Amino acid sequence: MAHVSPCLKGHARGRDPASVKSSDMSNRIQATFSQLQKKGEKALIPYIMAGDPTLAMTEALVLALEQGGADLIELGVPFSDPIADGPVIQQAAERALHSGTTLKKILATVANLRNKTSIPLILMTYYNSLMAMGIKDFCTNAVQAGIDGIIVPDLPPEESTLLYQTAQAAGGPVSIFLLAPTSTAERRRAVIQRSQGFIYYVSLTGITGAKLSDLSQVRQSVQQLQRTSRKPVAVGFGIASAEQAREVGQFADGVIIGSALVRHIAEHHAASTFLTDIQGLAQQWKSVLLPVTPTPSSTQPQKT
Amino acid sequence: MPTIPNKHGRFGQFGGMYVPEILMPAIHELEQAYRAAKQSRAFQQELRDCLKHFVGRPTALFFAERLTKTLGGAKIYLKREDLCHTGAHKINNTVGQALLTRRMKKKRVIAETGAGQHGVAVATVAAKFGLEAEIYMGTEDMERQALNVFRMRLLGSKVTGVDAGSRTLKDAISEAMRDWTTNVSTTHYLLGSVLGTHPYPMMIRDFQSVIGRETRKQILALEGRLPHCLVACVGGGSNSIGLFYPFVKDTKVQMIGVEAGGHGIQSGKHAARFAGGKPGVLHGTMTYLLQDQDGQVNPTHSVSAGLDYPAVGPEHSYYHEAGRIRYTSATDAEALTAFDLLAREEGIIPALESAHAVAEVIKLAPTMKKSQIIIMNLSGRGDKDVQQLAKMRGIPL
Repeated sequence: MAHVSPCLKGHARGRDPASVKSSDMSNRIQATFSQLQKKGEKALIPYIMAGDPTLAMTEALVLALEQGGADLIELGVPFSDPIADGPVIQQAAERALHSGTTLKKILATVANLRNKTSIPLILMTYYNSLMAMGIKDFCTNAVQAGIDGIIVPDLPPEESTLLYQTAQAAGGPVSIFLLAPTSTAERRRAVIQRSQGFIYYVSLTGITGAKLSDLSQVRQSVQQLQRTSRKPVAVGFGIASAEQAREVGQFADGVIIGSALVRHIAEHHAASTFLTDIQGLAQQWKSVLLPVTPTPSSTQPQKT
Repeated sequence: MPTIPNKHGRFGQFGGMYVPEILMPAIHELEQAYRAAKQSRAFQQELRDCLKHFVGRPTALFFAERLTKTLGGAKIYLKREDLCHTGAHKINNTVGQALLTRRMKKKRVIAETGAGQHGVAVATVAAKFGLEAEIYMGTEDMERQALNVFRMRLLGSKVTGVDAGSRTLKDAISEAMRDWTTNVSTTHYLLGSVLGTHPYPMMIRDFQSVIGRETRKQILALEGRLPHCLVACVGGGSNSIGLFYPFVKDTKVQMIGVEAGGHGIQSGKHAARFAGGKPGVLHGTMTYLLQDQDGQVNPTHSVSAGLDYPAVGPEHSYYHEAGRIRYTSATDAEALTAFDLLAREEGIIPALESAHAVAEVIKLAPTMKKSQIIIMNLSGRGDKDVQQLAKMRGIPL
């Protein structure tokens, strides 16, 4: 395994414009988490499938989610054979492919979004899409477009050296790795060492959108991770309600909401109030991730 | 040639372990269990007994005398994997993995199937070893291979239709991987070809190599020399690697893998990965893959469900690039002609998959000398295909 820079904080501000840009970008995810930590908030990380139903809508959705309180946003890259995804995200990928979405067009959309927002954007993509573009071209293009991080569900640390080193050389995007309930102690160490930005903890043994039942187990594992690593831990897979988000937010540094949001988009994107509704949803999810204030109110959670 | 794969599961640049983190511990467990079993005398003895008494090995190496005369060139031998219990080579692997499942103390197996031959072989060993089995099959394939669906159910397995994507083998594999991801602690994924993440391509090659080991002994006994050429069809590539692997170091033995040419390479409707694909990652492995310029996996076509898959086993990609094995293709039409020829000349109805290899033998044998020898792997019998053929020919049964 390649050497891993232990942390990015020490990254000096470069002198030439390119490296200024890259060090800013590597830090955008981290900066967001440290700001939130200071405020006692937890990160809301919605996942949407880029191009579902269209890339124009993806742009509008990113802005609406940010308005509603999203802190980072994951953009799915549609793939024909998404082995880690449940039916909701599989169908979203089919719709996105049907609307002509490609990785190239997603990067163009992100570049466009960068005139409007600086929210950290993370691509979630299967490895073959990156190979088809070429790993080096992908890293260069992603940095130029303003992508901050990348999650590749079919790329465990063992196979990630090429992408990791190429991304390092290109000045981004940072690689976020997943840990699962099945991961052994040895694997946890490897992921903790290699994951940048945050660690993605998969809350259940299964695929995206499955039913999450045992949160106490998740709590234990996340807390164990937090004892051994200072990197933020975000939890995803199966978090479908504000109530679950609130519970997970009590221990994790971030909450990822994917299938539940993607399903809502599939069912309601034609509605005239769609974008304000999405903003409202984000608001509702974010509200349970704020510090619990002593002010009494009817919507306040009963217990910490 | 170096020993492949290396400890990272690489065949040169191909192979590897491109799977979700959730599966990694199970994959390491499987690899360890397999390596231990390989060293275990008791395991090897049990496997040998099972292959002999349950599968019916060794299978015959049969001189196809009339076919040889008709084609007027090289002497043609057929390795009769169609005579294995359940009618195809698939059972060599399922017996091995079922024994391994028992060693790992897992009670449930899942599998994908295209033509249904692997599904039937899984259902068979599940019944024999008392394992619960669920088999995923594309709904398009379920229509094409209704008889095999019924056979699996007769054997007590659950057959689950997959209605996503192209509704064929690749979608069945994706769904099986999702099941495995969800039930990994109790379930072994009994993969059917030399595909997928390490250690499957290595392990399944080893289980299927019994074909080539027997063939080598048999031809030496019959002819006192090695063949000039080996021919086998290549879907995922398990029957071909099983025949070829024990001959890889015999550099004078040529090897030809026959992919599904479908309606012809030009038409784009085929499953010839080496003619139309480039390296990519699908279902856990890096290998030649039929894909568009953005890396989306292309739909494939073949008259034969067992060859209808967009990727090929990573070891084949390695031999392709190393120039050790030559890969060619046969169209649907060529395979159907070959099917009829073998049935009428030799009294053997081949599987449509194997008929692709016969099609290559028809082209190749007349170009060779009468003193030369071709061995073709007749990977399965065609009983499963007769309904589909009758339908294609407009004959009501």
